[in-house]
Parts: sequence; structure tokens; C-alpha cells
Amino acid sequence: MNLAIIVLIVLFSVSSFFFARTKVKKIAISNQTKLNALPDYYGYYLSLWCALPALLILVVWTIFEPSIIKAFIFQGISGENAQTYNNSELNLIYQQIKSFHFGYFTGTITEEIIRGAESYKSFLSIAQGSKVVLLATIIIFTTLYALKKILNNNKAREDVEKIFKGLLFLCSLVAILTTIGIIFALLFESIKFFSVINVFDFLFGTSWSPQRAFVRDASTITAEEYADLKNAFGSVPLFAGTAFIALIAMIVAVPIGLFSGIYMAEYANTKVRKYSKPIIEILAGIPTVVYGFFAALTVGPFFREIGEKFGLEVSSESALAAGLVMGVMIIPYISSLSDDVINAVPQSLRDGSYAIGATKSETIKRVVFPAALPGIVGSVLLAVSRAIGETMIVVMAAGLAANLTLNPLESTTTITTQIVMILVGDQEFDSPKTQSAFALGLTLFFATLVLNYIALRVVKKYREKYE
Amino acid sequence: MNKDQLLKKRYGAEKRFKFYGLVSITLAILFVIFLVNVIFSKGRTAFQRTTIAVEVNFNTEELELSSNASIEEIQDADFYDLSINSLLKLYKTEGAKQEKELLRIFSPDHDIEIKNFLIKNLDNLNKNVIVNLTTSDDIDQLHKGNYPRHLPEERRRISDFQLLIYDQLVKENKVNKVFNTFFFTNGDSRNPEVAGIGGSLFGSFFTIIITLILSFPIAIFASIYLEEFAPKNRITDFIEININNLAAVPSIVFGLLGLGILLGTFDLPRSTPLVAGITLSLMTLPRIIIPCRASLKAVPPSIREGALAVGASKVQSVMHHVVPLSIPGTLSGTIIGLAQALGETAPLILIGMVAFVVDIPATPIDPSASLPVQVYLWSEQAERGFVEKTSATIMVLLSFLIVMNFIAVYLRQKFEKKWS
Repeated sequence: MNLAIIVLIVLFSVSSFFFARTKVKKIAISNQTKLNALPDYYGYYLSLWCALPALLILVVWTIFEPSIIKAFIFQGISGENAQTYNNSELNLIYQQIKSFHFGYFTGTITEEIIRGAESYKSFLSIAQGSKVVLLATIIIFTTLYALKKILNNNKAREDVEKIFKGLLFLCSLVAILTTIGIIFALLFESIKFFSVINVFDFLFGTSWSPQRAFVRDASTITAEEYADLKNAFGSVPLFAGTAFIALIAMIVAVPIGLFSGIYMAEYANTKVRKYSKPIIEILAGIPTVVYGFFAALTVGPFFREIGEKFGLEVSSESALAAGLVMGVMIIPYISSLSDDVINAVPQSLRDGSYAIGATKSETIKRVVFPAALPGIVGSVLLAVSRAIGETMIVVMAAGLAANLTLNPLESTTTITTQIVMILVGDQEFDSPKTQSAFALGLTLFFATLVLNYIALRVVKKYREKYE
Repeated sequence: MNKDQLLKKRYGAEKRFKFYGLVSITLAILFVIFLVNVIFSKGRTAFQRTTIAVEVNFNTEELELSSNASIEEIQDADFYDLSINSLLKLYKTEGAKQEKELLRIFSPDHDIEIKNFLIKNLDNLNKNVIVNLTTSDDIDQLHKGNYPRHLPEERRRISDFQLLIYDQLVKENKVNKVFNTFFFTNGDSRNPEVAGIGGSLFGSFFTIIITLILSFPIAIFASIYLEEFAPKNRITDFIEININNLAAVPSIVFGLLGLGILLGTFDLPRSTPLVAGITLSLMTLPRIIIPCRASLKAVPPSIREGALAVGASKVQSVMHHVVPLSIPGTLSGTIIGLAQALGETAPLILIGMVAFVVDIPATPIDPSASLPVQVYLWSEQAERGFVEKTSATIMVLLSFLIVMNFIAVYLRQKFEKKWS
């Protein structure tokens, strides 16, 4: 339906382009006047006015139509029945009504659902009809308005350019909208979560087992139950696990990445550079799910076998395996960034050092590296923020149980793993368990935001220093 | 310490330092080779399927069909008894247990396979024909040499009796390997021998198309605005900060955005490429804007000034001269961004694309999987056959990524103007 409307609008707008173009040409010839712009611009002007407002309205309508119909249906259900439903029950009934309407409902059909489906159908057709009428009116009015302007020989090019610039500006606003959307989505559920669980209990509690928590109604929690709940949502083990795995990853990635970067920038001839740099960057292009598969299938069992030989008990989902593979994934981020940063150090610093007799490695260690340090720190911080936000490797290779441990051979869990585990499969909405995933997401978002901000500032400051 | 010793020490340190760098690079390259090697050696065999030649008598009476049955009639007919009878003729069995073991050599859907064979070759009605039927996963793996047959019987999934039949069939040359078309055409299945990536290929295709349609125009327009028109003020600064931050936000957060806003507030259909495409395009947008802006920035100001000097307006100078010159860089940035989106898994899991979907999606609003999600789903399965299927899916995914990256590099090297 929407597709047909869009096609119609576009067709109409394209034809109005040609209409306007020939129209102004004719007028110009018959009135012996000079046009204020090329005839094409009059065409653009009319077709933009014809299509843009209508498309905008259509988008807004399509976005809000389902939620408005939903609200009406809710009203209908609670209005008809004496019994009152809570939100999740209403949602369930709404889903049933919808699936009944589209003909794939399986389950017992009740009177309520049939009646709901009927009203759903009528709401749909009302919405459909009013949408078409509204769009038609808008198109007629905007087209008439633009036509009048054209016939008065307006400054079409300037007007078109204004509209165009406005369009460009709107597109760049999408970035802000996305950020707002993220914050809204995370905050909305997190606030609900924190109304049940105290923020400090969440941030500083040391026991995490959300599968134990089933709360139906948040308002009726007794103090005793809360003590139990508190123990289900203490996220310190997750923070510790995340930091631990990220640390292992950094222990692997920083030396290898840094030395590769230094070698590439200072020692390698063009031929070595030409081939080795893209090969190392392949590591950054491999999807993380591939690393996860690799860690779970090859690296994890490999460590366990080695551990068995030495009489050590190694979990097949050890933090070591996940951290190691994550480290490999991060190598290119550190190596190419530090390569860039080292290349940006002015040659005069090196020449000065060579002139007083330093060897190449001494120059690198005592002159180039200290000069490049802020940039390198920035790149390491960016890598850390990647490591803590990385999901698939830890979901597939790290464990699920929230152990508070510093033994790399045991299994630990991370923030991202828990978010996935909570939200995969059937979720009950409005339960603290589901909401806790959003609270974890909020923590993750802010942690990476702070790291990225610091890193970008450091790198930027560093660049300015040598430019 | 005299002078010579000191010098020797310093030169030693120099050599060691250089050596560390070389070792690091070698290690990183070895990781790449090792990873690719593991995936390829495990996944190679998935492109072949083991079949066993079975003689089937398409007797119309036995099938309760008319003598010149139409395709519709065959579709509705029941082939189960015929199929069981033909399979049991392969080897002499005693008792129900052995019969069951013989049947379990084959994939559970053998009757449908026979039916499909007949539909494709209608002239075989009332004839005795040899049909190659897919084996079960265990026999498939055994034939490919991935199954440890020397284990004691109680630790094997294949019984001694089945091994006996298998060896006999191999001797009779009835066990063949054919190219596994099922892997590309079938949807997901609980049985690894007939599971395929057809569904997830289509899912990924729809997802990427939607991502492209949404993110490409918006990214280009936004970068044109920021690079060419934006006044230096707080709003512009704020937009730039937002873009830089969004480019580094973990992908799973975008999954939460999709779950909370797209599924929760706007009530879009779960598990569909539509929602996946919107989520991924929000994620890819900043990652495309950054290279697009760089390629616009690379166009020298003399081009703009030249256009302005002959009387073009600002918009004309940008749209007629700057943007066309920046197209190679813009396109290659977009392709690389899309390649990243193609390999993204975590956000798709959160918006419910992990559902078990057998049907191949026909539109972007049908539930489906995508290639990386298929990798995740199959890697969780216990059956041996899924290991090679997972690796093979990764091979397909990686080859798409390699092709996309090559196109991007080619575009940039071939068409991008070098300004000096």
C-alpha cells in the first residue's frame, strides 16, 4: 500500500517537473519576459514542492500509525471488560489480535480476540482512508502554491537551493537523532529497572544471577524479596570479567601491535610495507563472529588439552582463550594507528638524534616514542573501548557463569555476553531481568563514550602539536 | 666497560629491537594464515554431499496413482512406504532394530527426496530407476573421513551394523560424493546434511540492500552539508562530535536501540531484514560519513573557485564539480562500510534474528536469518556436520567481504584523481 502511494507521488512529481519546465518556457516566449532562472529550476521547484511535504507526512504517519491503533485497541479491550489488565497482558492480547487478523494465529480463539480483530480491521481501514485523503489534499495544496509562485516568475534557483540545503541539513541531523534514540532507548528501560533495584546495589553488588529473578509486580516487593533480588543484579562480576578479558587482549595486542607499527614506520622498506600492511589489516576486516567460532572451536579446546598435559584444570570457555583471540583481533587497530602516529613525528627530531650519534633503536626509544606517546596512548584507549564493547567473541568463547575470579583459566562472563544471554529467546517485557540488559547497555555506552572522548581528544591534541 | 664493548652492546640492542618488530609482524601474519587455514580445512568438505545409490521402482499401483499421473497428483501422493521398501532392499536385515538402523543411514526426508526426483523426471513412472539419496550426517562425516570409527561401539553414534552396511555399500561402489547444491538452496534445518544457507543468503541480501538504500543517500548528503555548507557554529560542532562518537559506539548498543525503539516503540516486525537493515544503517552511517567527508576534502579548493569564478552558485559548484570528483572515494567508503555491516552479528541477535527459520524469505518483512547469524546459530549445535557447515558459511561470508573490499580498492585506485 505504502509502496503504491510512494510510486504514485514520485510519478506525479516527475511529471510535474516536465510540466513546469514547458509551462515557464511558453510563458517566457508569449510574454516576452526574461526568466529569473533556467527553466529546469522551475521544474525542480514544482516537483520538490509536490513530493517532499507529502512524503514527509507519509513517513510520520507510517511511524505513528501502529502505536495509535494500538492505543485505540487497548482502550477498546479495557473499556469492554469489567476486569482490568496490566500492560503486559494488554500487549499479549494485542499481539494475538494482530496475528488473528493476519491469519496466522494458533491457539484458542476467544470472543475477545474476534471482536478485537474486527475493530482492528476497521481501524486499519479508517487509517488507510484518512491517510489517502490527507495526502491528496496536501499534494493539491502544495502543488497549487508552487505553481502560483512559478507563474509569478519567482527566483526558482535560489528557492530550490534553499530547499536543497535544508534537506542536506536534515540528513546531517540523523546523527544527533541516533544518539538521542540510543540514550532514550537505554534510559527508558534503565529507569524502570532502577526503580526496582537501587543503583548502588546494581553498581557495587557482587553477585549476578538474573535467571533467579522473577518479579511480576514491582510495587509489591517485600524487604526480604528485595534482599534476594539485590543478589541477582550485582554487576561487579561482569565489570571485573569484562576488564579482565580486555586486559588479556591488551597484553597480547599492545606489544605485537606496537612493535609491528614501529617496524612498519621506521624499518620496513616499501616492499615489505606494501604487502604486510594489508595482510595485517585483514585481521580488522574479519567479522567478529568468525573469531568467536575460531576461539570456541580451536583455541579453547587447545588450551584445555595443554592444561590437561600439565595437570591443570582449564575450562573450555576460559577467559584466556577469549582474551587471546580478542587480542589478535585488536592488533591491526593498534598497529595502523601507531604507524600513522609515528609517521607524523617530524623527521627533524630523528635527524637531530642521529646527528649526536644515536643508533636507530635508541632514536626510536628515546626520541620518537616519547614524542609519539600521546597518540599511542590514544590508540590504545580506542582499542580498549573496542575490547570492552566486543560481543561475539565473548558470547561464543567466554562463559556464562558470573565468577569473580582472577584466574585466566577459569571461565568468566562479560557485560556484552550477559546482554545477549538475557535478550536472546523469549523475553518477558517489564521484568527486571529484561530491563537489566538495558541498564548494562547504558553502563557500556557511557564507559565507551568516556574512553572514546578521551582518546579522540588526546589524538587531536597530539596532531595539532606537529601540524 | 671500554668503548668497544659499549658499542657492541649498543649494536646488539639495535639488532634485538629490530628483531622484535620483525617477530611481531610475522606473528600477526601467521595469525591470519592460521585462521584462514583452520576455516578452509574444516569447511572444504561441506561443499560435497554423500549419497547412496538406491534402486526405486516407481510402480503407479503401489503409489496409488493413475498410470499417467500429473505433477499435482504426484505432489499429493504418499511416497513413504515406497521409500522404506526400496531402502530395506539394500541390505538383509533381521528384526525391527536392524531395520531402523538401516533406515537411519539416510537423511530423514528420504521419501520427499524420491518424490522430488520423480517430479523432475516424470518419464520414470513405472520404471526401475537408480536414485542417489542423501545419507545421514553421521555417514556423511564417516565417508568424508571426519568420523572416528575406531572408537568402541558404545561411544559412537554409528552402530557396528551400520558400519557393516556402509563398508558393503562402498565395496559395491554405491556411495558417491556429489556437489552439495542443498547447501546453497536449502533453508536451515535440524539435520546438518540437508541444512543450507539459502535462507540466510536472502536475509543478508535484503538486509544489505535496505542498509544501502537508507545509509548511502543520507551519508552523502550529510557529508556534503558538513564539508561544504555547514557554518562554523555550535550545532555543527555538536553534529561532528555525535558522528565521531557514534562511529565508536559498540555495535551491541545499536542492537539495544533497534530492540527498544524499532521493535518496542514503533512495533516493527521482529526477526526481519527490514528492522535489521534500519538498525545496521544507523550503525553504518557515521562509518560511511567519515570517509565520504575525507574524499570531499581531498578535492582541491581551486575546483570550487573555478566554478564560482565563471558564475556558478555555491550549490552548483558543489553538485556539478566537487561531488562528481569525489565519487570514487565516496563509493569505496560506502562499500567498506557495507562490508562491515554484512559481517555484523550482535545487533541482529538482539532484534531476534536468531529464530529458527526454515523457509527462505521472499520479502524483507519475512522472518529470516543472515549469514553471520547463521554462523552463530550453527556453531552452537552439537552435531559434527554443523562444524563443517559453519566453516563453509564463513568461507562464503569471507568471499563476499573480499570481493567487496577488492571493488572498493579498485574503485579508489582506478578512478580517484591524485591532486598534487
